[in-house]
Amino acid sequence: MAKDFKRPDGRGVEDIRPMKAEVGVVPNADGSAMFSFGNTIAIAAVYGPKKMHPQHQQDPKKGTLRCNYNMISFSVTDRIRPGPSRRSTEISKITEWALEPVLMIKNYQNMVIDVHINIIQADASTRCAGINAAALALAHAGIPMRDIVSSVSIGKLDKQLVVDVDKDEEDWEEGEGATDIPITMTSSERLTHIQLDGKISNDELKQVLELAKKATKKVYEVQKKALKESLEVKE
Amino acid sequence: METPNSTGDRIAQYLKDGKRFDGRKPGEFREIFVETGVSKKAEGSARVRIGKTEVIVGVKMDVGAPYPDSPNKGNLMVTSELLPLSSSRFESGPPKFPAIELGRLVDRGIREGKFVDFKKLCIKEGEKVWTVFVDIYTINHDGNLLDAAAIGALVALKTAKIPKYDGETGKVIYGEYGDEMMPVSKEIPIVTTVHRIGDSILVDPTLEEEDISEARVTIGGSCEGKVFSMQKGDSGDLSIEEMHKILELSENVRKEVFSKIDKFFK
Repeated sequence: MAKDFKRPDGRGVEDIRPMKAEVGVVPNADGSAMFSFGNTIAIAAVYGPKKMHPQHQQDPKKGTLRCNYNMISFSVTDRIRPGPSRRSTEISKITEWALEPVLMIKNYQNMVIDVHINIIQADASTRCAGINAAALALAHAGIPMRDIVSSVSIGKLDKQLVVDVDKDEEDWEEGEGATDIPITMTSSERLTHIQLDGKISNDELKQVLELAKKATKKVYEVQKKALKESLEVKE
Repeated sequence: METPNSTGDRIAQYLKDGKRFDGRKPGEFREIFVETGVSKKAEGSARVRIGKTEVIVGVKMDVGAPYPDSPNKGNLMVTSELLPLSSSRFESGPPKFPAIELGRLVDRGIREGKFVDFKKLCIKEGEKVWTVFVDIYTINHDGNLLDAAAIGALVALKTAKIPKYDGETGKVIYGEYGDEMMPVSKEIPIVTTVHRIGDSILVDPTLEEEDISEARVTIGGSCEGKVFSMQKGDSGDLSIEEMHKILELSENVRKEVFSKIDKFFK
């Protein structure tokens, strides 16, 4: 890897933008959290577990995790038309799949856990921020979990691998262009989500997985700290 | 009908010994059959059968305005319909997630794989460009609709002719074609899906196998070892070692699939 590689905002190749995490941001919800990577801000709220309604959607074998990812219309430069899109529908489902392996969803027969994710401000990696916020909100809601999941995007700008892609990097056009690889892992290094757009070799992908392993650990520490702090403040 | 647990358990048990109900190896595809020219009204079309699974894919074109962020490029729209005629599991109505996912995964396979040269589909920069509609219809669902649809999209695009366009009236003259073909690249981006059932990794599942699949990774890439698009599906997790195995198997499978359809790309 080139040591003299310059990222648009001057970060080192493995540096994540400043992360912030806070739980309890939506008092009405059973659990809630905010997570941000620099200018990308996501909030998530959990309602449930509650009886699934309508009744015909109840699953007698296991509970249902229902995620809803939504970008606020003014979160990006060109206003987004409110309401679901094909993109947001896909990200919602991907988020469910990323979170479900750590939930003991079998214990909630006929019930549903609703997770609402909203992107307030977008500067790329919004799905990763959303998943991190959702994982925190589920833990904050006191829902039993085997582990927590942490998400980060790995990028390839021309030939250089970088951690936590921002919007300037997402639009990288020099050389081989940009490859964006959002990845979610548990703290015990199980992969629960991976996507990719761009151009990359298998060998590079193996390096990507190693980078993701290290980077998700850093996200995990931020999440853990936020949860601990929420317990300490209460007196 | 859903696959009964007893059948699912037996499939998983067989897989532990590397065996499948239909005698295939875990990394082996069913027979692939491809036919072109399914509909004369389409600019290009294809029928793909993988075992008993069948899809038809058609390409239609129209002239419209470009997107503001790509004023000199044509547009691509991939949609899919899971027809109720193809399985008792599909119902009519607005597209649900599986149909959206199918369309988006095929879309990204083509787009990220740079299969179509959209710059050549620009008529007047900032004003008029070709929009390419790729529409996927399922005819019979016996697992692995996605890989079948992706093959169908490639072949339909490759065989698509660009209809004549009258610059003065601004109308497309459907049914009349010049010599212009869809501008496609030599590098063919193949999209295939690898599944994990228990500790076994397999490709091209039948419907019963697909029902008990715990996790799947759809990978689009070239036969020259590059990966262009990837997405993990379903709620099972994967170890990093399993992911390595999936990447390697996927690369081999891309070559195998391409060898069965390469006659359309000569």
